[in-house]
Amino acid sequence: MAKVKAAILGSGNIGTDLMLKLLRSDVLELTCLIGIDPDSDGLRRAKEMGIETIDTGIEGFLHRPELADIVFDATSAKAHIRHAKKLKEAGKLVLDLTPAAVGALVVPPVNLHEHPEADNINLITCGGQATIPIVHAINRVCPVEYAEIVATISSRSAGPGTRANIDEFTQTTSRGIEKIGGAKKGKAIIILNPAEPPIIMRDTVHALVEEETMDVEVITRSIQEIVLEVQAYVPGYRLRTEPLFDGNKVTVFLEVEGAGDYLPKYSGNLDIMTAAAVKVAEECAKRQLAKVAGEIR
Amino acid sequence: MSGNLKIKITEVALRDGSHAIAHQFTVDQVTRVAKALDEAKMPYIEVAHGDGLAGSSLQYGLSRTYEMELIEAAVSVCQHTRVAVLLLPGIGTVNELKHAAGLGAKMARIATHVTEADVSAQHIAMSKELGLETVGFLMMSHMAPVEKLVEQAKLMESYGADIVYVVDSAGALLPHEVRERIRALRNTLTVEIGFHGHNNLSLAMANTLVAIEEGATRIDGSARCLGAGAGNTQTEVLVAVLDRLGIDTGIDLYKMMDVAEETVAPILHTPQEITRDSLVLGYAGVYSSFLLHAQRAAKRFGLDSRDILVELGKRKVVGGQEDMILDVAAEIAKKKTEAAG
Repeated sequence: MAKVKAAILGSGNIGTDLMLKLLRSDVLELTCLIGIDPDSDGLRRAKEMGIETIDTGIEGFLHRPELADIVFDATSAKAHIRHAKKLKEAGKLVLDLTPAAVGALVVPPVNLHEHPEADNINLITCGGQATIPIVHAINRVCPVEYAEIVATISSRSAGPGTRANIDEFTQTTSRGIEKIGGAKKGKAIIILNPAEPPIIMRDTVHALVEEETMDVEVITRSIQEIVLEVQAYVPGYRLRTEPLFDGNKVTVFLEVEGAGDYLPKYSGNLDIMTAAAVKVAEECAKRQLAKVAGEIR
Repeated sequence: MSGNLKIKITEVALRDGSHAIAHQFTVDQVTRVAKALDEAKMPYIEVAHGDGLAGSSLQYGLSRTYEMELIEAAVSVCQHTRVAVLLLPGIGTVNELKHAAGLGAKMARIATHVTEADVSAQHIAMSKELGLETVGFLMMSHMAPVEKLVEQAKLMESYGADIVYVVDSAGALLPHEVRERIRALRNTLTVEIGFHGHNNLSLAMANTLVAIEEGATRIDGSARCLGAGAGNTQTEVLVAVLDRLGIDTGIDLYKMMDVAEETVAPILHTPQEITRDSLVLGYAGVYSSFLLHAQRAAKRFGLDSRDILVELGKRKVVGGQEDMILDVAAEIAKKKTEAAG
């Protein structure tokens, strides 16, 4: 089967985990890993696995743009602003895993097909990927007035980028809860827990539905359905307990265990980002392949 | 002038006390307390939701009054006293900090868990840029060894903090543990050191005095112990004790006693005392603001709140993880049902 060529920009933890996931894809062919440090663990591993590497960053890739049609950006929000412009000029489709949020916000089970023409797709944040499906699941059956999410991640899985600009997390996630989740108002809280052994990522969603619209059974079913959809690409995504109902408030407790590709299993927060990015990219690739097939016919 | 005082006290009832009354402060209450504290010459008062700016939430409890209105009210009646705000990165952002500074707040206390100081760099820098006196507030200080505390305090100092606090959020530290922590910080930092205690083990005053002996110059208190758990070091008592020790706080003792008795006491839903639940907070090393949440969860699931708190302590839950209370309560209840079945 034909595949669409893809490259990864960023050879850190996220980029390396993406690499391992892409190697399993039926529709994406990983052609190169782009970094700036030839000694990074990511670039070394890529070489060992026979994958082409570029250690001169985006400029290096732009000299050989034919290497990929889809580029995953796993660098930082600040770097992405620059990358986004150059990749757009080069006509590439970009999957942005930083919280820069310059492109269309996508959460696979909610709006995977909403932006077929977009050239830059942003994955919001890990907390957003984990909780927005739940907000959406509630909102599609009972209108959500207010949704608040609390993401608790192990200190070890919070990288220096997240730490240096934690406000980006709360702000971008809140925006996603409203724009994609559908809540009239959204709020996000992030907590780092240093316990050893590291805790698995946990997320709590508190939602207030419109007065008189609460339907316990319908909401529970809607949540269970969407959990199955997320599990299709993040197998370690699960409800910790049944949703709790109190007046017009719904509380949902989630846990996200990673696949353990490159990152340890407790860092479900990183895994759900890379898994969601691959899911979205595969969808785009399928669309491209179908288009090409159509033209040939 | 307060500039020459050896010990500068910050009254935290209008922030930490927010936990004890489920975040129900009104503009009228805050105005009256702030005005009376200003007249008593309190150097600083802290005003915010219990969990800091933007803390109003389903997770921690919704504020009855928008905190910016409370800050504005406090600023409007303070001539002498400087209004401080608390900010926990991950909950509040620099936007709220700018807003509060615009309303006249003069001090920002940036709080992180004792091991996570690096999330505060952005906020400490912004606070300094806004011209605020800036505090690095290391919460749950009992959960990290002394070396780790020192390392994290140095980070906050390097980001520009003017003062770094040892915060005993769980009221779990024993006097010798306070001594070694303050001493280690005094030996490594050049900035001022503060101490914030909770009275869950009836040690807030003793710990405060040890902290001062070791060189802490910034101390938190709450009038009538209006703070989370069993409250903080009782401000009016502290002022009297320091006076007996010959330490000038610049605060008018009688007026401070009057604020506590006449203005703060009527706000309390029940008098602050060391109940079995607040005792367990200190004993198990759990964040003091969990108290009312654990009592509510215990009632909902028919459990002993102490069992919930002890389990939370075992799991090394940190400040802000109030969602774990319901989660753990539901789990204990389920186990009990299964055992009975």
